[in-house]
Amino acid sequence: MRYYAYFPGCSAEATASALGLSTQAVAKALDIELIELEDWNCCGSTPYSGIDEVEATCIAARDLALAEKTGLDLVSPCNNCYITLNKADSFLKEYPQLKERVGEALAAANLKYEGGVRVRHLVEVLFNDITPGVIASRVKRSLDGLKVAPYYGCQLTRPGFGFDDPEFPKSLDSLIESLGAEAVPFALKARCCGGAFIISEEDMALELIRKLLDNALENGAQCMITPCPLCQTNLDVYQGKVNSKFKTKFNLPILFPSQLMGVAFGLAPRSLGLGKNAVSPNKVLASYL
Amino acid sequence: MSEVKTKPRSFITEVASLPGGVKIRDCIQCGTCTGSCPVAQQMDYSPRKVIAMVRADMRDEVLSSSSMWHCLSCYLCTVRCPKDIKPTEIFHALECIAIREGFKVKETNTPAMYRSFTDSIKANGRVHELGFMFKYYLRTWRTLLANPSAALKMLPLALNLLTLGRMPLMPKKVKGRKELKIILEKAKAGGGA
Amino acid sequence: MEPKIGVYICHCGSNIAGTVDVEQVTEFAKGLNGVAIASNYKYMCSDPGQLMIKEDIERLGLNRVVVASCSPQMHELTFRRVCEDAGLNRYLFQMANIREHCSWITEDPRKATEKAKALVSAAVRRVFYQEPLEIKEVPVNSNTLIVGGGIAGIQAALEIADSAHKVYLVEREPSIGGHMIQLDKTFPTLDCSACILTPKMAVAGSHPYIELMSYSEVEEVSGYVGNFKVKIRKKARYIDEEKCTGCGACRELCPISVSNEFDLGMGKRKAIYIPFAQAVPNKAVIDSQNCTHLQKLKEGKDVCRLCQKGIEKKGVLGCEAGAIDFGQVDKFVEVEVGNVIVATGYDTFDPSLIYQYGYGRLDNVITGLEFERMINASGPTEGKVLLKDGSELKSVGIIHCVGSRDMKYHEYCSRVCCMYSMKFGQLVREHVPGVEVYEFYIDIRSFGKGFEEFYNRMLQEGTIFIRGRPGEVTNVAETPEEKGKLIVQCEDTLIGRQRRIPVDMVILSTALEPRSDAEQVARVFSLSRSPDGFFLERHPKLDPVATMTDGVFVVGCCQGPKDIPDTVAQASAAAARALAIISKGKMEIEAATAMIDEEVCSGCKTCNSLCPYSAISFDEEKKVSQINEALCKGCGVCAAACPSGAITSKHFTTQQIMAEIEGILI
Repeated sequence: MRYYAYFPGCSAEATASALGLSTQAVAKALDIELIELEDWNCCGSTPYSGIDEVEATCIAARDLALAEKTGLDLVSPCNNCYITLNKADSFLKEYPQLKERVGEALAAANLKYEGGVRVRHLVEVLFNDITPGVIASRVKRSLDGLKVAPYYGCQLTRPGFGFDDPEFPKSLDSLIESLGAEAVPFALKARCCGGAFIISEEDMALELIRKLLDNALENGAQCMITPCPLCQTNLDVYQGKVNSKFKTKFNLPILFPSQLMGVAFGLAPRSLGLGKNAVSPNKVLASYL
Repeated sequence: MSEVKTKPRSFITEVASLPGGVKIRDCIQCGTCTGSCPVAQQMDYSPRKVIAMVRADMRDEVLSSSSMWHCLSCYLCTVRCPKDIKPTEIFHALECIAIREGFKVKETNTPAMYRSFTDSIKANGRVHELGFMFKYYLRTWRTLLANPSAALKMLPLALNLLTLGRMPLMPKKVKGRKELKIILEKAKAGGGA
Repeated sequence: MEPKIGVYICHCGSNIAGTVDVEQVTEFAKGLNGVAIASNYKYMCSDPGQLMIKEDIERLGLNRVVVASCSPQMHELTFRRVCEDAGLNRYLFQMANIREHCSWITEDPRKATEKAKALVSAAVRRVFYQEPLEIKEVPVNSNTLIVGGGIAGIQAALEIADSAHKVYLVEREPSIGGHMIQLDKTFPTLDCSACILTPKMAVAGSHPYIELMSYSEVEEVSGYVGNFKVKIRKKARYIDEEKCTGCGACRELCPISVSNEFDLGMGKRKAIYIPFAQAVPNKAVIDSQNCTHLQKLKEGKDVCRLCQKGIEKKGVLGCEAGAIDFGQVDKFVEVEVGNVIVATGYDTFDPSLIYQYGYGRLDNVITGLEFERMINASGPTEGKVLLKDGSELKSVGIIHCVGSRDMKYHEYCSRVCCMYSMKFGQLVREHVPGVEVYEFYIDIRSFGKGFEEFYNRMLQEGTIFIRGRPGEVTNVAETPEEKGKLIVQCEDTLIGRQRRIPVDMVILSTALEPRSDAEQVARVFSLSRSPDGFFLERHPKLDPVATMTDGVFVVGCCQGPKDIPDTVAQASAAAARALAIISKGKMEIEAATAMIDEEVCSGCKTCNSLCPYSAISFDEEKKVSQINEALCKGCGVCAAACPSGAITSKHFTTQQIMAEIEGILI
């Protein structure tokens, strides 16, 4: 049994509730115990770093302080939480003045962060701690014949906290293959979906989403997996908008890696939140469910 | 465009002292950042140009530009810059100064989006999508008025999310909200980084 | 004899006198024990300054001299010579550095003056105890070893050989010529590279004073300037060089075809081959890794040997000269030389490390050197610029600074790429009429003679220059015009807008980098390396070909990226330096070495392994250690370590050093 402190991130209980559900289900199947961090707050994400960097570092530091108390590695399934928390940790190490300010702010709430937490991404834990080999051994229904496009998003490997390649990552490809499926190579697999700009700059983001869907389909993808909740929402929920704007006919199911893994492990579809996908994966996954 | 000041380099010193901005002086204006940026076309000044303007002490122009508010934080510029400069972090730092000093940016609603997002965090400790979106539409009422159909088109999307169980109506509140408030107040008291 | 010390304080213009009160220091010096005269002057190193010292020595019978001025690195040699000219042993001279160690680093004039006084006092106290030392000379071997047969090595070899002194030219490849013979045309004149190099290669291969050892490597070097012993491995060619006529019949028969490294893998060669048409020596060589016979021989089998046997059935003869000798083994030779010139050249950067430029992943993305081979009439495509699928080339993008000026790979600028990139543009235009050429640059560095004129010509002839280092090269099309093309995405920084330029071919102007085995080579020749990995010269401005090891020189790109004219100049410079040593016929060796008192030596051998220059040996008969004065650099490690106190560091005796310390503590 492996133990980790778990940071779901705000989306994992809202727009990406399927991520939260399937992560816990798959963790159980892999003998991982993800202990949710007690009373965690939002990491701040990209928006806070564009409003006030001291405040942003402070709220992330609260989570780090709470995690430090557990003595465990802090694991998040969300790309953005992963880099925001790591960035806060690095900033505290590199900028002594900032560290002092943040230390004072935390102290005002009787908290302290010494700097010892390892913030990790769920995909990295699956790849390095569990390993594709072990994952393959837990597969009950091999996804043989399924063409899956691994979409990494930007922040899993950029700016980079020691995991995988910033231009040409391969970890999700390995995970897909360990489930028996075929990983579809596509050039834009680590490019931006537009993120939160789907709200404030919709046209800009829709264009980016369209390019990704196009590139994946061009290379034969039957479905796509992505670890990032925001990417999943953009590619899944807004696929209809992309179609109406660009007169395209996309119908590509977008899954979380944990959802795909859950299917391969033979877990109940409800426990994986498969019903929460806007673009239904039922047809594509029919022969495996 | 206002005049370029001849008194050298106070803005670049300011940015270089902010977290993430430390290598800004190393920039040789090669343009790799802009060459990699997926949204460079949407920015009024390209990332490279923003750095050049910082160097030229064009503080007001930079802080009132919409460039940094278009940054996706995709970090392609950061991993490719041959001088190990972090344009993404520099943009974040510029955004913070702009917010602190009340610069108004007309061309984009991203500041309003960021503000609504952080308001939701301050209120609940976590982001409540419905609440955050509501506040965002309130803040951007001008855009709504100019283009009401765009907002209406969001309704089916919202309904979809609701039916899929992906948009909780009530916010989930963090127990340590008061703690968070104290922390943020202390942080704000000190001013910028 | 009573020491009679002359003290001279230098003003060095205002460098010293601007901060230090030289008059005060002079007065102070006059009062020191043993000082017969103390003066100050504007420039002690000048003729009048030197004359002052000489005259005082003669007039007053001075037997010790102290000059308080700049760093010994600047003028210790100058003043030592002055003393010797006046009949005083050079080791009776001491310098006090009151510039780099005092006036240049102290702001407060009072503090600077006090410090200057202390430094002068230290020097005066020390010089009191200094002894004259005998300057020994060793004979110099007039042979020279040149490592590397590229243009640098060839040039140096020719210059020295032409002075009727012997050169051993060692080259690890089967032929000399280096990278220069791979090039097509050279900038800015667009001379054909082979045409200007092959005459030199031919002479180098046949010069009576050059012993060319091709397909050979230096294994070990020992000794010191004027007297180096070098062990060379002559790799087995499996060909008797005396018999081989270079007819090439053997390669026609060989059934094994492998990737040709001379053509950077773009063409093939046989397992038995002659490296290229103008090879010197023009002899075949067998690549044992790929030769079926040699590989199977390890299992005791005797197969193939077609090159040797021919094909009887068809009446085709094997090697008519009977030059093939599968029994050959590596041979070791030992030579003695007086000087070593290292000219080992460069490697090119592997751009597959920069994923986003698509090298090794996308078709038609090639490196600069690959393009040279492609455009060369004797290359794998016979000079035709071809796309992978054979279709017509309509546009080419040339990306500058690939691997250079990049903190992730090489911080330095590779100096030659701007020029060769522009040259490529011109060559493509000559070979493919109507082609569009784009140069993606950050700066244009056209610094040399005729270089800016060449740049102007390129502008006039229509090369399209876009100032912007590309973010990526992609094949993901966003518009119909981009389909099937390579798209270079960059910012045109001069107009401040992102641009996507569709091209058919991308040439990456890759950095020049140190050879992959530079570290091992450095060890063999006792070379240091600068932070960029290239071999370190003695002084970047005033001594660019010498190294910290006397008698060992570095020339050409192994010292740093440079073009052919600069390489040739450096090679000639090193040749001149070597010849200076050779023509003197004898070398003075530094007398401030360590000395073992054999009576006191207990034979513990502690010093033997400590010596960084391997200068100490053990005499088994006398059971004492002995120091080779020529190898000893006077570092003092042995003297410090000797438990019996048997070792003296000449000119750095305990008495002298203690006196210096006492002098400082005024």
